Amino acid sequence: MEHDIWIYILVTGLVSYLIRVTPLALIRREIRNRLVRSFLYYVPYVTLAVMTFPAIMDSTQTPWAGLAALGAGIFAAWRGRSLFQVAVFCCVTVFALELLLL
Amino acid sequence: MQNKRDYYRRGLRDGLPIALGYFVVAFTLGIAAKRAGFSPLQALLVSAVNNASAGEYAAFALIEAGASYWEVAVMTLVANARYLLMSCALSQKLRPDTPLVHRLAIGYDVTDEIFGISIAFPGYLEPWYTFGAMSVAIPGWATGTSLGVVMGSVLPLRAVSALSVGLYGMFLATIIPESRKSRIVAGLVAVSFLVSYLASRLPALAGISAGTKTILLTVVISLAAAVLFPVKEADGDGA
Repeated sequence: MEHDIWIYILVTGLVSYLIRVTPLALIRREIRNRLVRSFLYYVPYVTLAVMTFPAIMDSTQTPWAGLAALGAGIFAAWRGRSLFQVAVFCCVTVFALELLLL
Repeated sequence: MQNKRDYYRRGLRDGLPIALGYFVVAFTLGIAAKRAGFSPLQALLVSAVNNASAGEYAAFALIEAGASYWEVAVMTLVANARYLLMSCALSQKLRPDTPLVHRLAIGYDVTDEIFGISIAFPGYLEPWYTFGAMSVAIPGWATGTSLGVVMGSVLPLRAVSALSVGLYGMFLATIIPESRKSRIVAGLVAVSFLVSYLASRLPALAGISAGTKTILLTVVISLAAAVLFPVKEADGDGA
């Protein structure tokens, strides 16, 4: 089946907006259900972790560079570095390591 | 008493470093957009309407694989589910009489960073502060993505390889600080890494696309964590 990129853009944009705007527009009181609150609290960490590993190893020319970037990113983020600094640190790690290995 | 122009300016000032970071990270997202077949204009637009790193990245991977519109919609929903929680928290931060049109506008750009500075605003959130930050962050994100599509093919392989991990760096910058504060989150991140690795290597799961695996694993692991370790009343409104 052929897919149109413009429709993909429409679909993702619509979903992204509805997720964010619905609570702001409708919910004017706190969510009390503990299970729902807990689930929503854990979702971001789990989904980002699942997406990061092992995919980071497949994104570089050699998996070792990706693995090193993972270590470097965890280290920098653990030290409280900003989003921008962590991202750059990962990139520099891969660049330096691939310069050595390849 | 400050007026809305002052709040707007303050938002601009606080949004500028965010926009700069977005620009660089979005560049690496653009490389993924190009692989999925996006033109520079389409990349500009998709980032301008989504404002989401993980959500867009996951969607691009599915689109590249020729996934259905439904699959992409569900993936976008799951990858962006955290914004639902952030918007819930943000709704408590608004004056109850905040006009609907302001609520609709704030909802356009609830990202980890914009949420972070909005929730840190003293007292009730002044919508114009958030608008100020949005008005630099959104263009930074969108133009970065577009430039990634344009430049991704011009850059040497070595540079593309290095830049493509920038996005993962952004993910780590989101999950690690909370892992440091909460041992449960730290354990959960470790478990997620492990299960995700196993899921990618198990022959039994080879038929399922990476995006669908992400959805399944996220729901199963998060639900298990919610049942086993329900958050206390004070937690869970930040993220």
